[in-house]
Amino acid sequence: MIRKKKCVAMLLAGGQGSRLYALTNNIAKPAVSFGGKYRIIDFPLSNCVNSGIDTVGVLTQYQPLLLNDYIGNGQPWDLDRAFGGIHILSPYQGKHSSDWYKGTANAIYQNMHFMKQFNPDYILILSGDHIYKMNYSTMLNYHILNGADCTIAAIDVPKEEASRFGILNTNPDNSIYEFEEKPKQPKSTLASMGIYIFTAQKLFKYLEEDNSDPNSSNDFGKDILPKMLKNGEKMMAYEFKGYWKDVGTIDSLYEANMDLLGDSPKFDVTDNSWKIQSRSPLAPPHYIKDGAKVTNSIIMSGCEIYGDVENSILASSVIVKEGASVKNSIIMSDVTIEEGAKIEYSIIDENTVICANAKVGEPKESNKGIAVVGRNLIVVSDAVVEGGAMIDKDVSNGGNK
Amino acid sequence: MKAVGIIFTNIHDINVPELVRIRTMGSIPFAGRYRLIDFPLSNLVNSGIDTVGIITKNNYQSLMDHVGSGKDWDLARKDGGIIFLPPFSDLGNDSIYNSRLEALKGAINFIERADEDYVVMTDCDTIARLNFNEIIEYHIRNRADITLVYKEKMTDVISEEAVTSLQINDNRVVGLEYKIPEHNKKINVFTNVFILKKSLLQSIVLDAIARNKHRFTTDVIVNNLKSMNIIGYKHEGYYAGITSLQAYYQSNMDILNPEISHELFGDRSVFTKIRDSAPTKYGNNAVVKNSMIADGCIIEGHIENSIIFRNVKVARGAVIKNSIVMQDTVIGENAMLNCIITDKNVVIRDKKILSGSENHPFYISKGIMI
Repeated sequence: MIRKKKCVAMLLAGGQGSRLYALTNNIAKPAVSFGGKYRIIDFPLSNCVNSGIDTVGVLTQYQPLLLNDYIGNGQPWDLDRAFGGIHILSPYQGKHSSDWYKGTANAIYQNMHFMKQFNPDYILILSGDHIYKMNYSTMLNYHILNGADCTIAAIDVPKEEASRFGILNTNPDNSIYEFEEKPKQPKSTLASMGIYIFTAQKLFKYLEEDNSDPNSSNDFGKDILPKMLKNGEKMMAYEFKGYWKDVGTIDSLYEANMDLLGDSPKFDVTDNSWKIQSRSPLAPPHYIKDGAKVTNSIIMSGCEIYGDVENSILASSVIVKEGASVKNSIIMSDVTIEEGAKIEYSIIDENTVICANAKVGEPKESNKGIAVVGRNLIVVSDAVVEGGAMIDKDVSNGGNK
Repeated sequence: MKAVGIIFTNIHDINVPELVRIRTMGSIPFAGRYRLIDFPLSNLVNSGIDTVGIITKNNYQSLMDHVGSGKDWDLARKDGGIIFLPPFSDLGNDSIYNSRLEALKGAINFIERADEDYVVMTDCDTIARLNFNEIIEYHIRNRADITLVYKEKMTDVISEEAVTSLQINDNRVVGLEYKIPEHNKKINVFTNVFILKKSLLQSIVLDAIARNKHRFTTDVIVNNLKSMNIIGYKHEGYYAGITSLQAYYQSNMDILNPEISHELFGDRSVFTKIRDSAPTKYGNNAVVKNSMIADGCIIEGHIENSIIFRNVKVARGAVIKNSIVMQDTVIGENAMLNCIITDKNVVIRDKKILSGSENHPFYISKGIMI
């Protein structure tokens, strides 16, 4: 018997994430921290493992160092396998040509040999910038049951937001008859989630054709899918009901984090039946001192809290010193907030120091937006960082920024 | 100066009978996310020792589950790494060992096979950061045959607990005794850490087999105080010996002192089995004072001076003071706990009120529902 994998997942993780500005200056978007413990890529990876898909190619391109390091041999996700497992696929130099990945379809095309070695029947295409829990095997069953060539996961979005998405117009049997990319007057509210299952041989055929078409932009949404539809391939929409958030912008990343808080959170990561796996830090349990106050927050191991924390998410080994306060904010790992510093409606990236009595961010009501301070920075004592500021250099001498 | 480590995981089980009913000393949970074996094991790894024999006796299922292949300590090696040494009996030795020396007889093959020059023997009742490199250097510098590590401390004013202490003259050990010490007196508590040459250990064990000796401390140490150069190494940092349930409780409470927790964990080099839990979540009514709380908890109630292990749920209105709450415990609404140690998987139902005392914490065993 030939060893094979029924379904191979290809995870597009090369996106620059330019709308996350300071947070993705030197890391790829899928490596951005989320929810105190996770990185965005943990969600599609955990979904794969929980769905029984144990062969995943991760396509990296932009600033892959931290991402590669984080994924390592895939052991935290149980993806360190002898046959299958996780593989990092970076652009490479061939005998005749060497190319960066030109578009999403081109990235998959360049790794056709990787997929083919597993003799897969189906290929699952994922992107690395969504927060959701989804059973891909249910979607695969749906694809098989309908005898589809391509199945696209879709979610019902509010009518006023529909024009921000790729919209699928479907027949009553959920087969797709039209795509509209960000339509001004959407006919439906079924938005594509950027999750595709293809019957492998069909995908390979269309990728070959796409690659030899000089006019193609080598993109799934713009080229491959419309062409398949035009050729009359069977394309189905698979409606997903549940929490799903594109965290491509500062605001949506902030919202998705905040969705974890509250008594009955919109998104629950504590559910043991669908565990989100991640590379865990090695730190002692967190410590909360007398006189500290922690309400409606998420706190990771290694933190030490001497001040006040309210409606916030603190990743591992964050130190909040006496008299400091953190409100409505996301603090990533290894950040130190010194005595008397005030953080409000902000995102502070890893390993940054906010010195004594500095002020970062302004209340949401000021309508100035979320203040963002990038990684490995120092905001000196008494400095003021205004609401909505985007900081990627040290802030010195109390200057407003 | 290569060394091999030997960890005894059961040898002080008798100190804490409640906690070892279902496990070994080495697998007793400690400080929110650790097990006692994490300290000796991490000390060995951080001292560059990468071959470690783990001597077990009984109830070692939880220990094997915790240590596994050793990968979380970077000890899943092709050459060396973790070697489990369960009880071994051959002709003429048909019962399970009862002492350190008898345990070593069963591990003689492991000792003979080691190609390291030195052996570090350590137990699981010791909470301390020990740099064995330094201690081995000290051992070599002093041309010692055996080095014993001790901690100088004042005995307390009420305890009736027996301890093993060393009499030191210069740095030479001139006496070793196990007894209830006088109150309020400075003594040198033996930490049960031994350093010696592998060849010496080998001949001690072979001699013990030949002459039917049983006790390491009396038959080997005490009988050779004059004929061998046995010296003491004074440990200056934090040390706690788990000599009783009360000592276990107190050493957990010590971790709430940031100075001590920084000394033990500040450099993040106490390794333990990585378990995936979601981060801990605090509700709107949570009040937490001077406490250490591990990942995966959901805290809605009031917690003070306590250690809370992973995946514990504390419902609204519950009050936990001066307590140790182990993994997967559920504390119901308006329940009140004071000076309680709950083992894993305990359920305290709504409105139950339980209290021990600071010098005698009340222990609730695994899986009990109250």
